[in-house]
Amino acid sequence: MSRPDPAAHEPGGRRSAEIQSSLAAPVRLVHRHRPSPLRARSLSLSFPPSLHLGGSVSRAAAAAMADLPPYPPIEPSSFDLVIVGTGLPESMLAAAASAAGKSVLHLDPNPFYGSHFASLSPDDLAGFLGPRPPSPDPAAASGGGDLAAARIDVRSLYSDVEISSFAPEKLEQHSRKFNLDLAGPRVLFCADKAIDAILRSGANQYVEFKSIDASLFYDKGGNLVNVPDSRAAIFKDKSLSLVEKNVLMRFFKLVQQHFSGDGESDRIAEEDLASPFVEFLAKMRLPEKIKLVILYAIAMADYDQEDKEACKVVISTKEGIERLALYHSSVGRFANAVGALIYPIYGQGELAQAFCRRAAVKGCIYVLRMPVIALHMDKESGQYRGVRLGSGQDIFSHKLVLDPSFTVPSSIGSLPQMSLMENVQVKAKVARGICILTSSLRPDVSNFLIVYPPKSLYPEQVTSVRVVQIGGNLAVCPSGMNALTPDLDRDFTSFDVCMATRIY
Amino acid sequence: MASSKMGVEQRFVAALLGRSTEDELQYTEDLIGNNFSNYSAWHNRSMLLSEILKRKEQESSSQDIISKEYEFVLNALYTDPDDQSGWFYHLWLLDQTFKVKAPLLVSSWPVPGSELIVSGNVSPGDHPLTSFSEFTVALERFPVVLYFNQTVEGVNSSTVTIQCTFVQNEDVTWKPLSPQNSRASKVWVGYLDLSGVDHHSSAPHTIEVKLGHHQGINSSNGLQLSVPFDLSFTVSVKSLETQSSKDEKVAWEEDKFYACETHLQVAIPSLCYDGIAVENTYKPTTSDWQIETITEEISQIRNLLAISDSKIGKITLARLLMAHDAMSSPYATKTVHAEEVLGLYSELMKLDPSHSQYYKDERSLVLLQQLLSSRGMLLRHCFYYGGITSSSTHGPICLRLNNQSISRMGSFDKLLWVQMLDLSDNELHSIEGLEAMQLLHWLNLGRNKLRSFTALGPLRCLKSLKVLNISHNEIGLHSIDTTRYSCSASPLSHNGEIIWNGDEFSPENADVTNYWEAFMVFKSLELTQLDIVGNAVANEKFKSFLLKVLPKLQFLDGQNLH
Repeated sequence: MSRPDPAAHEPGGRRSAEIQSSLAAPVRLVHRHRPSPLRARSLSLSFPPSLHLGGSVSRAAAAAMADLPPYPPIEPSSFDLVIVGTGLPESMLAAAASAAGKSVLHLDPNPFYGSHFASLSPDDLAGFLGPRPPSPDPAAASGGGDLAAARIDVRSLYSDVEISSFAPEKLEQHSRKFNLDLAGPRVLFCADKAIDAILRSGANQYVEFKSIDASLFYDKGGNLVNVPDSRAAIFKDKSLSLVEKNVLMRFFKLVQQHFSGDGESDRIAEEDLASPFVEFLAKMRLPEKIKLVILYAIAMADYDQEDKEACKVVISTKEGIERLALYHSSVGRFANAVGALIYPIYGQGELAQAFCRRAAVKGCIYVLRMPVIALHMDKESGQYRGVRLGSGQDIFSHKLVLDPSFTVPSSIGSLPQMSLMENVQVKAKVARGICILTSSLRPDVSNFLIVYPPKSLYPEQVTSVRVVQIGGNLAVCPSGMNALTPDLDRDFTSFDVCMATRIY
Repeated sequence: MASSKMGVEQRFVAALLGRSTEDELQYTEDLIGNNFSNYSAWHNRSMLLSEILKRKEQESSSQDIISKEYEFVLNALYTDPDDQSGWFYHLWLLDQTFKVKAPLLVSSWPVPGSELIVSGNVSPGDHPLTSFSEFTVALERFPVVLYFNQTVEGVNSSTVTIQCTFVQNEDVTWKPLSPQNSRASKVWVGYLDLSGVDHHSSAPHTIEVKLGHHQGINSSNGLQLSVPFDLSFTVSVKSLETQSSKDEKVAWEEDKFYACETHLQVAIPSLCYDGIAVENTYKPTTSDWQIETITEEISQIRNLLAISDSKIGKITLARLLMAHDAMSSPYATKTVHAEEVLGLYSELMKLDPSHSQYYKDERSLVLLQQLLSSRGMLLRHCFYYGGITSSSTHGPICLRLNNQSISRMGSFDKLLWVQMLDLSDNELHSIEGLEAMQLLHWLNLGRNKLRSFTALGPLRCLKSLKVLNISHNEIGLHSIDTTRYSCSASPLSHNGEIIWNGDEFSPENADVTNYWEAFMVFKSLELTQLDIVGNAVANEKFKSFLLKVLPKLQFLDGQNLH
């Protein structure tokens, strides 16, 4: 979604905002035949041979990982950067660091790529969301010499999980045909910086997108109406009055002029830019209905912008019109995309994998099913030195990136740097749901986004609820079924932590 | 060009593929849905709909189709009022809605029921005309003017019959009044020879004109004159005073005119078709659907203009309002919206200076309609000319439309009776349509913006014109006159009315070639007075040329030539 998600957009912290790719057909929105449903496995085969063909015998690895086949030791044992977790931010970092010529080891304890951004079959999904195995015994990671060991814990990023099935046999029958997004609902604007990053990194070679066919809005009357998001859409719209059409289009033009006009008179005044977007919309005398559409279905505001108390993130006019401009530059960016939004074929998990592939091509070494059980710290300075893997091997590196599901208990001596890790706090939570339907909610389209603005579903609703339905043609579910992933409610607070990636 | 070509190809391909018109219509709808700034798709849609409408036999189903199209196009107009493609389609729809079907007689001279007193063959000063019923015309060329609402052809002695005791119907020749030499015209004239009427008896003679009883008067799209029309009037010929003709100079000075509003308000007869004159014959019909449609469109465009500034929207509103007035009052006797329309055009002149001439012209036409809308309004512009010293009574009645910022003349259907017309101090650049005013004797076009003699082309049809003032115009000022290329009055065109007589002017052939356009205009006139001072062309050489072309001229630029 368009939610500000800087970590996901900027690989290696580099800003790619203004750079438009010059590639003629960068995102091929064509259906691609894929021979094997097991993406992760087939992918790993293409990785550099050093991973699998390491010659020397493991030192004491097999003992700790009884349930896993023994791994040959990783060579070399020293890297510029070790990344644990193959979620989208970590994968982008791996691709960026590898492209910059750094030696990178990318690990994931899971047998698949993507961590919390993976797209999984129902069984794998249930397994991933279910209870975690207990952390390995910290004693196993006792350091030696001048190094101290710090235990790494794994925590669940989900506060509550509920799974129910009304037709288990049907699900079982098609189990391997599902690719359900852990991080859904997520769709991308065609002009999103994330797309620019995909293009610039070359990850677009490994992922293809399809158009989200419709963007719908739940109006006051309880109807789902098309979001009048472009000139053509306004023209065709059946629910707006003629006057509303005029007002909305004029507002679009006003914003367009702000960005493209030459004269000072074309620009929106500075004081307006600093004011809350909702106030600017009121100042422009936009009717209530149009205001809701712009705020929640185009600028994708999360919180009720008119409820000063409940609104945790107030969108400024500057931000609002930038989002509007993003929306508009998305429409028509790619030839096959009918609207502003696209979705990767085979699910969101493809994005993380595409960056991993890109990183692998640049020399990054990948090891899946490889937990990290402890950190090695310099006893004197408290500096990070390396990690101990589940296989028992010690790997040394200058930098370490852990995904947010790992925590390091603070009770490790008096090491000053350790306290940094504890700053991560849960700011907000997101309720997510995935529903598998046997028929589409709308008879005419199968891939669409629905926005339920605040207060539209029940009076206490202070955030907007977004639902994405993805049909069989995007290979996330068997044809004839639809995966519905509603982003139910944010009033429990979102976990920004999950997106943040820390570099030590 | 490109768009119509694409449309043609599109239809050609569709015909090849055997696709139905309805499928094609849906296709244009899809194209327009994707991007409504698509002239070619809108144009193609209009062509397809024309075909469909032609096939519909029931009026109501056509109306349903058109109403739906209004709804459709309004979405485009409201979404982006600056985009012209939708407006063009809207204009096409309006044409479909208000298409004038059958031809209709909207004015004539004389007006039915009028009682005319005619004196003939006199010089202007001798016979003062004291009322709206008295006219001076050459008795052998008494004009009957028929003014239709559209160009028609087929007006001749078999489609129009004249019944009176002293004129044989077959002797009357009907001519189209148009500077172009064409077979069709909005205005037709037939000349009756009244020279055989007894001058000494003032008994009125009844003349009846019947038209439309036989088929043959057709519009350009082949429709017949809708309703037969009879007009009858009486003519009594005033005895000639045998005073010797002593020509007097006509001076167009302000103090020579006296308002006649107070004197004659009650007494004046109908001068044009204003509903009273034609009450007993028929009225053109307007359907409820048309009224509803235009009312709806007016309110829609008004709402749009209230929130969005759109030039093309303003023009459309102005046109709609005038069409509405025209529908509710077929003879343009009520101009309910004239003020609003004048305001719209004035605004447009400011908003869009590059097209201000067009707006000014349109504004002039509306202004004229308003000025001439009722008898009371008309009278405010009627004056006695009192500059004739030898006469003890009033002079002729002069219609004065001077100093009104008029850039184009119109409303000729109301002006067929006028003998003396003052249009000085306006901004006229054309006098197109003036040829309908067959009784015109005295014409003042001084201090206007006429740029060439070609622009004076309509004068060639005014056989009664004797006194002309074209002083202080811009004739000869601009070396390139664009109007000449659009007019037929050039040596290259064939015009039956002007007979080239080389012998007559052989010594001055060089002059004729130099002043060809002037020659074409003046050759057919018998002016006695001409004012041409203040034009770039008016040098001594030109004046000497004029004296040769106009042998009856007595005053040139105020100078008595005798």
